[in-house]
Amino acid sequence: MSAAGLRIGAPAGWRGWLLDPAPTSRRQARLGRWYRAWRGLYCNGLAMTGLVIVLALVLVAILAPLFADHTAAFTQTLQERLQPMSWAHPFGTDELGRDIYARVIFGSRITLTIVALVSAIVVPVGLGIGLPAGYFGGWIDAVLMRITDIFLAFPRLVLALAFAAALGPGIENAVIAISLTAWPPYARLARAETLTRRHAEFIEAAELQGASHLRILFTQIMPLSLPSVIIRLTLDMAGIILTAAGLGFLGLGAQPPAPEWGAMVSSGRQYLLDQWWVATIPGLAIFIVSLGFNLLGDGLRDVADSRAG
Amino acid sequence: MIELEGVSVTYGAGATLVRAARDVSFRIAAGDALGLVGESGSGKSTVLRAIAGLIPHAVGSVVINGRELPNRRPRESRKIIQMVFQDPYGSLHPNQTVDQVLSAPIAIHRLGNAESRIMAALTEVGLGREHRYRYPHQLSGGQRQRVAIARALILEPKILLLDEPTSALDVSVQAEILNLLTRLRRDHGLTMLMVSHDLAVIAHICDRIGVMHGGRLLEMTTAAALAEGRVTDPYSQQLLRANQGFDASGGVIDVAA
Amino acid sequence: MSDGPLLTMRNLRVTYPGDDGDFPAVRNVSFSLGRERLGIVGESGSGKSTTGRAIMGLIPYPGRVEADVMRLGETDLTRLDERGFRRLRGKRIAMVLQDPKFSLDPVMTVGKQIAETHRHHFRSSKQAARAAALEMLEAVHIRDPARVYNQYAHQVSGGMGQRIMIAMMLIAGPDILIADEPTSALDVSVQQQVLAIMDEMVKSRGMGLILISHNLHLVASFCDRVLVMYAGQIVEVCDTGRLNEARHPYTKGLLAALPELGNRRIELPQLRRDPEWLIDLPAAAGAAS
Repeated sequence: MSAAGLRIGAPAGWRGWLLDPAPTSRRQARLGRWYRAWRGLYCNGLAMTGLVIVLALVLVAILAPLFADHTAAFTQTLQERLQPMSWAHPFGTDELGRDIYARVIFGSRITLTIVALVSAIVVPVGLGIGLPAGYFGGWIDAVLMRITDIFLAFPRLVLALAFAAALGPGIENAVIAISLTAWPPYARLARAETLTRRHAEFIEAAELQGASHLRILFTQIMPLSLPSVIIRLTLDMAGIILTAAGLGFLGLGAQPPAPEWGAMVSSGRQYLLDQWWVATIPGLAIFIVSLGFNLLGDGLRDVADSRAG
Repeated sequence: MIELEGVSVTYGAGATLVRAARDVSFRIAAGDALGLVGESGSGKSTVLRAIAGLIPHAVGSVVINGRELPNRRPRESRKIIQMVFQDPYGSLHPNQTVDQVLSAPIAIHRLGNAESRIMAALTEVGLGREHRYRYPHQLSGGQRQRVAIARALILEPKILLLDEPTSALDVSVQAEILNLLTRLRRDHGLTMLMVSHDLAVIAHICDRIGVMHGGRLLEMTTAAALAEGRVTDPYSQQLLRANQGFDASGGVIDVAA
Repeated sequence: MSDGPLLTMRNLRVTYPGDDGDFPAVRNVSFSLGRERLGIVGESGSGKSTTGRAIMGLIPYPGRVEADVMRLGETDLTRLDERGFRRLRGKRIAMVLQDPKFSLDPVMTVGKQIAETHRHHFRSSKQAARAAALEMLEAVHIRDPARVYNQYAHQVSGGMGQRIMIAMMLIAGPDILIADEPTSALDVSVQQQVLAIMDEMVKSRGMGLILISHNLHLVASFCDRVLVMYAGQIVEVCDTGRLNEARHPYTKGLLAALPELGNRRIELPQLRRDPEWLIDLPAAAGAAS
């Protein structure tokens, strides 16, 4: 730009290094890009709240023993059952005398496991089906999309129930069941993103260089589709957590005595009027984590939109 | 060097049939520069892409250096013909640094000496070390186009196709890029085929100029002839007049579509 | 109808605060516009489009617009808020942009869009608005306006789309038309036509026209006066047909760098950007140029 030299007041130090318009290494360029995206997120208060909640979930899940006593979560002390909140039991005790605080803390591990496993299945499957469908078109597209349509037609919870009923209850089966119904929208999204870029000039340039289809898909198209897929996943996370909780509520997810939040809500139902904390506290945990993912997803989408626009 | 015979490209069918190129034939000798000029929809870009092997369903023969090339090009043949695209904003992947853009062709064709090749390519197009790790959005339009030219040249092609390489650039930047192209053509003995809607730009680089309209090649002339107004086809004359700035005496025409 | 200039600008400044410092997009630009065709020419980043948008109040937050004088007839533009600008837009200043594909609403027929503009400004009835719209379509030389009225944006060609935009923008009878690269997306022969129409409309209605473009020759052959902008400042003012008498080295450099049919030079003289050109020119003191 002719007037580029007119900028007044540029930053220095490590921020200056990251924002340097003339990076001298691959690493500097990449870090600079991430830093700019981060700043976009940082400005958004709600998104940061979401990020904090999600990070808190991860931290608490990984470092659970530091936050609570493992035995307290599983030891049944019937004399202590249904105790209200106190110093000894910050969230009270449940119907079997177990400390709810400890159970919520350790239950976060189950929630995180479900989140991680579903993501690990849904994103590669969605991309793996959507990208070739959009890129190759023709009969490949038709076949892949019809398969997607079939899975999309199943109502999520019902299929999950059927699956869990067929394979037996348990976390792994719950995860598989949820993933089976969750992947179609990602395939559609990946396909839509691919269709938009399919005829871009940089793709033509890559073809002209002799790049194979696989190379183009991996190095050119996938990086462009990934952001929307990740954002969608973050926003979907709340739904996935709720579905898992729903399965747990119905007794088809994690089995007792595992402190799965949904199962805790379920078993606390009958005491809702007098010992409200038994069901409400885990319910609140589900709510907060879902909200956190939603806020984070919204923030990420704002950042992505502002960079694309 | 390049021989086109009866190249036609059709899109769609029935009511939506579009004949993008109709029976286009011409030759370019090695080391020459041919320009195709026309308005949008004239088919000039289509012909270029057909030569580049980017249109699998093109009809007609494209003979390069005595060998007829099929529509689906083998990887080896990619080293002979390269192209510079029009939109400097669209021809570079937004998430790849200049370094990655230039490394890709080297990796695909398994050429060695990536480091020296990349630096040599950057220097040739007038860019420096400080540009190597930038992303496209950190470069100006002219710099992006230089990167596109560097990418095209890194495989040492014999033929360079140019699709409106300076249309999206400022006047001052256009002059730099045109000078760069002139120099590169001279230094590497490239055969060039350039497409543009701007007569002055085409006449600057190319010796022979073909006028296209509606998918057909109307006439083949030279820069000198154009400058003197010695064109036979009435459409060419119209194009020539329109390129000369606003003409108040033209009056206003009613349009229906 | 006053005899004074339609638009007066003295020392317009537009600044964008940013992560890496403040960016002065427009620096002390001063000019006045009468019932004439004024061209603003510059490369990208020169501030020409920003100037046009500042007149319309379209500089988005966090950009800042300041001026010693920015007056449209009797209205002081520096004091207007968004509501004030909205009353002006269309009614007193109108703007035509580059690509009608992006400026026309894709889901409404073009005729309805023109009619809506009329209704918005004059609170007319549907029939009156439709009649006015048809009249405008005829005024921009569209044969069979009734048929075009019912077409959608994607069904019309570029040149036709621009005629429709002109009709839509002029239906409320503004004093000034700002055209920002109105012909850049069009074929050369169509460009002539669209310019001719703008010329006819502007002359017949006694309007002022500001044509913003990067195409030096086109602007110089069409406009009465040309302002050349560089790095946010006006570096040269030329009368029509007197471009070859330009004095500023930037203008001369720009002209020399253009390839010329019939004058083939092996190497085009490259514009050498003198950092001196970036220095702030003295701000206008008394009457604007």
